[in-house]
Amino acid sequence: MIATSGYYLKLGLRSLRRNPALTALMVMAIGFGVAASMITYSVFRAVSGNPIPDKSSQLFTPQLDSWGPQQNLPRNEPPEALGYVDAMALLHAPAAKRQTMLYPVQLTAMPDGKRELPLNANGYAVGSDFFAMFEVPFRYGSSWSAQDDDQRAADIVISDELNQKLFAGADSTGRTVNLGGHDYRVVGVLSHWNPQPRFYDLFSTSGFAEQTDFYMLFTRALDLHIYINGRNTCRGQLSYTNWTDYTQSSCVWITPWVELDSAAEVESYRRFLTNYAANQQHAGRFNWAPNIRLRDVMEWMDYEQVVSPESRISLVVALGFFLICLVNTVGLLLAKFMRRAGEIGVRRALGATRGEIYAQYLIEAGAVGLAGGLLGLLLTALGVSSVDILFKPEIARLAHLDFSLVSLTLLVAIAATVLAAFYPAWRAAHVQPAWQLKSS
Amino acid sequence: MNLQIRPILVALRRHKAGTLLIVLQIALTLAIVCNALFIIQARLANLAVVSGVDEANVFVVANMWAGIDESTPQVDALVRADLLALRQLPAVLDATPASGYPLKGLGWDNFVTMTPEQTKPTTDTAVYTGDEHFIDTLGLKLVAGRNFHPDEVLPMGAQQALTPPAVIVSKALADRLFPGGNALGKSFYTMGTAPTTVVGIVDTLQRQGVDRWSRTHAGESLIWPIRADDPRGVYYVVRAKPGQLADAMREAPKALYAQSRLRIIEPKDGIQDYATIRHKVYDSDRGMAILMGVICVVLLAITAAGIVGLTSFWVGQRRRQIGVRRALGARQRDILAYFLTENFLISAAGVVLGIVLAVGFNLWTVTHFQLGRLSLDYVAIGVLVLLVLGQGAVLAPALRASRVPPVEATRSV
Repeated sequence: MIATSGYYLKLGLRSLRRNPALTALMVMAIGFGVAASMITYSVFRAVSGNPIPDKSSQLFTPQLDSWGPQQNLPRNEPPEALGYVDAMALLHAPAAKRQTMLYPVQLTAMPDGKRELPLNANGYAVGSDFFAMFEVPFRYGSSWSAQDDDQRAADIVISDELNQKLFAGADSTGRTVNLGGHDYRVVGVLSHWNPQPRFYDLFSTSGFAEQTDFYMLFTRALDLHIYINGRNTCRGQLSYTNWTDYTQSSCVWITPWVELDSAAEVESYRRFLTNYAANQQHAGRFNWAPNIRLRDVMEWMDYEQVVSPESRISLVVALGFFLICLVNTVGLLLAKFMRRAGEIGVRRALGATRGEIYAQYLIEAGAVGLAGGLLGLLLTALGVSSVDILFKPEIARLAHLDFSLVSLTLLVAIAATVLAAFYPAWRAAHVQPAWQLKSS
Repeated sequence: MNLQIRPILVALRRHKAGTLLIVLQIALTLAIVCNALFIIQARLANLAVVSGVDEANVFVVANMWAGIDESTPQVDALVRADLLALRQLPAVLDATPASGYPLKGLGWDNFVTMTPEQTKPTTDTAVYTGDEHFIDTLGLKLVAGRNFHPDEVLPMGAQQALTPPAVIVSKALADRLFPGGNALGKSFYTMGTAPTTVVGIVDTLQRQGVDRWSRTHAGESLIWPIRADDPRGVYYVVRAKPGQLADAMREAPKALYAQSRLRIIEPKDGIQDYATIRHKVYDSDRGMAILMGVICVVLLAITAAGIVGLTSFWVGQRRRQIGVRRALGARQRDILAYFLTENFLISAAGVVLGIVLAVGFNLWTVTHFQLGRLSLDYVAIGVLVLLVLGQGAVLAPALRASRVPPVEATRSV
């Protein structure tokens, strides 16, 4: 079998050489088609991937209706984040195994002996559970404790990058950094960690951002009145002029996350949220019935439309393009195979079975597919390295050629071509030997 | 010519598969090409949006403060000193402090109501803050009313919801709120307890955002006389003297650092001219237009090549028949006309199917991506392109066929 396959491959290659223009046409059609699909797919894969596969169905972001039906988002969807009052209430209710509130902050490191100018650092104010919930990897040290949360400790966890800038990459746990005019004790240094999409902050980011420099205590950030460095959405009349008034306003800016391990826990947390909303209604703070949501990571990413319509449309159009290339290939293969009807007649008359004719032509098509795949690979590599022309830089950066994309490109090209060859090969196999022999 | 159609149809029936494949390919190509053209046009229209800013001479400095507590008077003094320094630069015409600028991407916007009790907003407006230099710095055209007086400008710290009594609105916002015209002197509410009164109207002032939400409120913007004294930072919008943009962009950060070094102007993107700002905010629109353009061109090329390939095969297969026709008195142009007509019939069938697919695909994008309805102009353009493409592609094989000598009839295959 292997020997005959080799023979068919040789026959196929010879036949391909006989019509170089037709062959080149097929190879180019397959190459362009597969490349267009793979380039757009590489972007789509990067933006639609699950950033935390083993826990995405255990992490939930609760939403509460603090605005009411008249002020809500379309289809009576509650706000996408919490205001201060509700965030505090949820924080102090031990209704989930783990939970964290978070919001983005920005602080500056003042000049010191090594640096002449101040340094800008972007961070998040988070709870101690943040690190365990989101599987944040530590290089040195560890997170602060739940007691530290309550005591509003001046602790900080910094990224490997900031650690490099401030401490030249050394183990800096226990050392002090001054940010925004306050001293913080470094308790942990992270290894590189920047999940894409940034599922835990889709309120302030589009899901794609540069690595975070530091993580400080949520409770301490509030104590210091550190303003959110991100989105702030309000409803109704606003009249706040200071931090305290602001915290009591309709503005939402805090993202909550809870970890719930079983369906029972999810159900019980849902009940807790509904009860909380009902209590607010009884207390007269909400003038409407409870309207809550509890979305897990993938549901939340879907709701927040992390995958832009651009990347979806591109993928659909590219697949349509590939389909046309395949239709084109079917036509050309048909022309090519049928041109050799006489030769097929002779082979059949000499005893070749239909199966053998099939095998020969499918192998020939496979060779075209392989060549098309190699061209496609070249074009994909070229395309992936220049996707920044087509997509926003923060998304383009994520598209890359890796082993799985390379093998997928080749596999798709060969499989699609062989599939496209089935009808032409069937036609070839059903050539009537007598008919062909008669006319020549 | 008419007489030729019947024999062509009979011949095509003997090549069902090949014919069907070309029909299908033309149909799919038409469906993709006219939708792509439609998307390209919509994206290019976005790119052509007029900001109202004198883009050739204006640039923006993103200035972050370092080591400052939340005291508004302290920040206010720094901002005023910076502005004084910027305005004195030889290459600088004017400068203003701002909370945002047109085409920034994300930015501050407020709901607008006509009364404080109204719950459903009348519209949504982009909010810009600036001093009495804002209009001149951006190069806006005041079409009615007056500019701000210097003593109207209020300092505003972070997390303060102020509603200044005076406001300058864009013409688009004025028309939306007061369709009867004459917005000057009228008041409205923007999420505050106090009204704000229109003192001036500028011709065009685009919003910060260019997303779908912003597009439904395109051009609706207001300017408040506020100095943004946010302890986190401020944008300085600067207008260079004509032709001195590069000089002004070099001078500005030096002048600011000379005032105080306790600030951060990111070397990477802290200072941007409007060409850069525009380029950045529209990158997905531009990318989409390029992608669709490339796909259209390659697609048409592949379809044309497919037609050439299959027709060449048919010509090769029918050499003997062509020879017989020539021997029986058919002229070269009769043979040429045969293949051109044959292609036209196939293309016409493909185009009819293609129109159905194109509209179907568009309806799918309308429901899934809220794109607009496909205008029939694009279908017409697509149809024309494909028919011409088909005739062009078939020309070379058809010419070759027409040159088959009559003697071919006497040869066996």
